[in-house]
Amino acid sequence: MGIVQIAIVILVLLLLVKPLGTYLYLVFRNEPGGTDKWFSWAERPIFALIGLKERRGMSWKGYALSFLLTNIILVGAGYAILRFQQVLPWNPNGIENMESTLSLNTMISFMTNTNLQHYSGESGLSYFSQMAVIMMMMFTSAATGLCVAIAFIRAVTTKGATVGNFFEDFVKAMTRVFIPAAFLIAMLLVALQVPQTLKPTMSVTTLSGSEQQIAVGPVAALESIKHLGTNGGGHMGANSAHPFENPSPLTNVIEILCMWSLGAALPYTFGLFAKSRKQGWIVFSVMMTLFIGFLSLNYAAESSGNPALNRLGIDSSQGSMEGKEVRFGIPQSSLFTTVTTAATTGSVNNMHDTLTPLGGITPLALMMLNSVFGGKGVGLMNMLMYAILAVFLAGLMVGRTPEFLGRKIEAKEMKLIAVVILVHPFIILAPTALALMTNAGQSGITNAGFHGISQVLYEYTSSAANNGSGFEGLADNTPFWNVTTGLVMLLGRYISMIALLAVGGSLSRKQRVPETPGTFRTDNGLFAGILIAVVLIIGALTFLPVLVLGPVAEHLTIR
Amino acid sequence: MMKHPVQKAFGRVSAQTEATRVPVGIAVRTSLVFIVLCGLLYPLVTTGAAQLLMPKQANGSLIEDRSGNVVGSELIGQSFPDPKYFHGRLSSIEYNGAGSGSNNYAPSNPEMLERTKAEIEAWKKNNPNVPVQELPIDLVTNSGSGLDPHITPKSAEVQIPRVSERTGIAEAELKRLVKEHTEGRDFGVFGEPRVNVLKLNLALQELLEH
Repeated sequence: MGIVQIAIVILVLLLLVKPLGTYLYLVFRNEPGGTDKWFSWAERPIFALIGLKERRGMSWKGYALSFLLTNIILVGAGYAILRFQQVLPWNPNGIENMESTLSLNTMISFMTNTNLQHYSGESGLSYFSQMAVIMMMMFTSAATGLCVAIAFIRAVTTKGATVGNFFEDFVKAMTRVFIPAAFLIAMLLVALQVPQTLKPTMSVTTLSGSEQQIAVGPVAALESIKHLGTNGGGHMGANSAHPFENPSPLTNVIEILCMWSLGAALPYTFGLFAKSRKQGWIVFSVMMTLFIGFLSLNYAAESSGNPALNRLGIDSSQGSMEGKEVRFGIPQSSLFTTVTTAATTGSVNNMHDTLTPLGGITPLALMMLNSVFGGKGVGLMNMLMYAILAVFLAGLMVGRTPEFLGRKIEAKEMKLIAVVILVHPFIILAPTALALMTNAGQSGITNAGFHGISQVLYEYTSSAANNGSGFEGLADNTPFWNVTTGLVMLLGRYISMIALLAVGGSLSRKQRVPETPGTFRTDNGLFAGILIAVVLIIGALTFLPVLVLGPVAEHLTIR
Repeated sequence: MMKHPVQKAFGRVSAQTEATRVPVGIAVRTSLVFIVLCGLLYPLVTTGAAQLLMPKQANGSLIEDRSGNVVGSELIGQSFPDPKYFHGRLSSIEYNGAGSGSNNYAPSNPEMLERTKAEIEAWKKNNPNVPVQELPIDLVTNSGSGLDPHITPKSAEVQIPRVSERTGIAEAELKRLVKEHTEGRDFGVFGEPRVNVLKLNLALQELLEH
């Protein structure tokens, strides 16, 4: 039954790719008609309020400046709210103001779509902060990511000096994608028992006669955008393992599809922009192949259980159940873990710190590659970057100028891509080494031995990939962790976004090279194979040594 | 303020295609509009609609005993220290729903190994008639949330001899009760079959009272 239920979810996803991808294309191709008739009534007043009279196209630099500026303003507003939440409205549980380095970390974390949480939702945030800061940023960071990806797609597929108008794209992403979808999914989740209330934490007398506190809150509204926007930060400390955030296997499937479908549809949208659906499907199939490989690793490892517990003579046929919920079992936990780290969501429905050592490689590896589906847009951008690299390598092998989608790939683009490829491992491995060498870093480790290395490595990998899940045993609410992970999240998000927009900007101004019989095709199985190899080889070259020190060594000690 | 560098970046592109105005004003207004729309209107409208249409679910699916007292939420597990009740999973937070989470033990953590061994010993003492080989792993491990309301049907079954002995209710009767409270997979395929411990114990309590 395990493999059957996983296969059904993947099948549903496959059925969603084409309609969703087409819808995104219609929304963002900016031609009259399309989806205007359903939404322009709502957008007219918004455009008037923000003062956007002319929607002229921007250069990649104008686009980048606009989204950076908007993000900076939102971070400022959010920081102010967190620092004063005690006196602001909707604070029925009397939550205190948030400490300054923690506020900074939280703001960077949510603006960068990471949602690494060094606080616990039930005790760290007022309902007002949950709504006006956390939910607001879940929308705005997701919309930012989607817009930048769309701009990048426009740049590599169309000719001209502009990549679109950021503010127009941003508003449309909200009104035509995120707000209506989030509302509908939230109502569906309430129907399936996810709470949505502003009442304070309840107190009941249990069947055994003791007192039980039960935290509630506006959970459903957050839960829907948390997954649609691949944000991942939970209302509750236990995130989607909490029965209020994720009450049943059915809500689990809904949450999985919410975080997965938009990211999976974007390659198809890309194919439509590139006027080659086949090209889109090739990118999609590369992602799906890698996905299924890593899913299998996690599923096999978790099903066979933790060897250390299996030896105790009990019935451990269920697999590794420490840190997992009975209603999900291994299949729904394993699928969730793989999707949440592929799609860079970072919500968890089981505790990743407690995954078996080999099972834990799956989330780590997917965040290290950071290109398998990916969050709102970023995954597709990274995969296209690997595609350009693959074309470049193939070009070198046969001694011809590499081309991608009819444009020459030259030194300028390759330099920018080299920066992106090198930054990601650097901001993971350098701070990991720093943390392991210093007292401030070591004091956060709560599981001794090789697993301690994995804990630290996971924290920075998750930050750099803007994922946000954690090996949550790590005692990470200290100035050292708040500041270092904050920096890693910032660099992980903005360097690659800006550099790849620059690549797009540079490509979009090039003259198209006519296609000849000698052109290296990028829409066939051969290219898919080369692309998979490039992603895996680069990933393995950079990260295999540290994986051997952490999870692999731990596996050998308990085998 | 930001004018100089911004204009410089915009200046390189021809004026025809590029907005030459610095977009600070638009960025500020966009931010404000969406703080209100996404941060206030969206959650408040959702709350209103949920409270109006589905108040039971929206308020945490509270559950009452026969006399109408609220005894908890059907989604949130409770601790049942008395051996006459069916037990749920381990909870590092003692089922205190003000928070949530687990110990986050690594698979190689010696404390987890010690805790599980101690649990197995306690099981042997309380359930002398059920061999350890039949003890399912979910009963001696901590759930992810610390609030897991469910156990597997097998985990309920192995507790029947103990509960029967402590309550005097026949094993066959308890088997029927467990079967009645076993929920299948969603749509017959998603998730795992499970037993809600609080609901099962509520039914047990009713049997005891009559």
